[in-house]
Amino acid sequence: MDATRYELNVQLAQMLKGGVIMDVTDVEQAKIAEDAGAVAVMALERVPSDIRRDGGVARMSDPQMIAEIKKSVTIPVMAKARIGHFVEAQILQELKIDYIDESEVLTPADEECHIDKTRFSIPFVCGARNLGEAVRRIAEGAAMIRTKGEAGTGNVVEAVRHMRTMNREIRRLAGMPVEEVTGFAKENGIPYELAMKVRELGRLPVVNFAAGGIATPADAALMMQLGCDGVFVGSGIFKSADPVQRARAIVKATAYFNDPARVLEASMDIGAAMPGLEISSIPEERLLAGRGW
Amino acid sequence: MTRSEQTIAESGAGKIGVLNLQGDVFEHLDHLERIGIEGVPVKRLEDFDSLVGLIIPGGESSCLARLMRIFEIDAMIRRRHREGMKLWGTCAGAILLATNVQGESSHLALIDMEIERNSFGSQLDSFVCEASAPKVSPEPIPLTFIRAPKILSVGPDVEILLHMDDFFAAVESPDVLATVFHPELTPSLAFHRYFARKCGLHPLPEESGAMSAWNRNSWMRMARIA
Repeated sequence: MDATRYELNVQLAQMLKGGVIMDVTDVEQAKIAEDAGAVAVMALERVPSDIRRDGGVARMSDPQMIAEIKKSVTIPVMAKARIGHFVEAQILQELKIDYIDESEVLTPADEECHIDKTRFSIPFVCGARNLGEAVRRIAEGAAMIRTKGEAGTGNVVEAVRHMRTMNREIRRLAGMPVEEVTGFAKENGIPYELAMKVRELGRLPVVNFAAGGIATPADAALMMQLGCDGVFVGSGIFKSADPVQRARAIVKATAYFNDPARVLEASMDIGAAMPGLEISSIPEERLLAGRGW
Repeated sequence: MTRSEQTIAESGAGKIGVLNLQGDVFEHLDHLERIGIEGVPVKRLEDFDSLVGLIIPGGESSCLARLMRIFEIDAMIRRRHREGMKLWGTCAGAILLATNVQGESSHLALIDMEIERNSFGSQLDSFVCEASAPKVSPEPIPLTFIRAPKILSVGPDVEILLHMDDFFAAVESPDVLATVFHPELTPSLAFHRYFARKCGLHPLPEESGAMSAWNRNSWMRMARIA
């Protein structure tokens, strides 16, 4: 990926700012998402809560199904590849979708290496729990970052933890004299140059979305007020009682995240949210956020 | 145009709004500041007060259209346009302003042109190039196309500012400017100056000396965590 291509990929993410990216599993859902005002769709065979329920190995979705979704909408289409599975990424690039999510929601294909994203022309978004993880992914070529959260739980607590952790670390770095940055970079396992960049910008050098456990308009507005640039909603929409109303409501609440009257309006009369899962009730080997490093 | 707006326009004072529902709002606000024009993010109906121009930024046109409709911002834009407010749409914004959108119904329909959404293909077909638009700038202008639409044809009152291979990239009517590329993602301030003059304002000829040179992260100063 040359510098111009990378810049274009970062800039596509900039166009998505203030918007909602929705998980969809078929053409009908993709159309519902687009009509509700989604800025992109994530095409996948099973939403995270079903992956969690079914267990087993979760892989890249059937390319045929992704291609059908791509044909049915004009908004950008994203799809997931397993962490480290660069051949799944090659296939998705060949399919000419718009963005690849190298995702911990799928079963990792490589426990040591993430994909070398600089070898691709297509943009990547990657999950992170903290600043170190986010910056390592950017160093590998990611053009967009999202919090990992704990996907498929309908519980926003992990996304909040990840965003607060990143923010705390960014504030610490931004307030640091230059001579302390080397130690910070070493401690967090990140390149010195990128640490200096984050320090200068007072934020990640790419767009950062919230993801993992967002289920209500209030969850979306909470993540926006914590400083995210936009949100991903996975199981939260199509596992709720009324996906059409909920999708519209989350779009409204994300755009007007700073306006409690509008978030209230968006929260009215939208049916039941997806059932939630207490994180402590999930056996440790079933937690997704710990995948990747 | 009401009397008070006429006065504002003639005096060269006045603000340009950037529709702040979704998309690359900060990038436009950053460019406006560089040419010494007060830019304001516009999200609520009262934010339209005293604007001489409004930029509808890049983003997803289907999302912007939906939010504009449910919060009655579309009606407000039409009203203020009738009263003399100038409009500029970049990429998604251009789609929203077109009278004719291929394969779907039009939205604001305020400039007589036919546009096709996402006309180049996927993100892998996004590109940059350079071209001349003599009426806008004597220098060639860098252009960034991201999943861009194409303007396919224009009505008799619409002037073509930039003609590319098989489409028009920038066009204008007396009160509306439309570009399918993103000047706000490049160092060039030419189109922002051009629009400011169209709004009756006097942009700075040189970049505001108080600011560091533009780079692709310049907008981030408006979205800092620390």
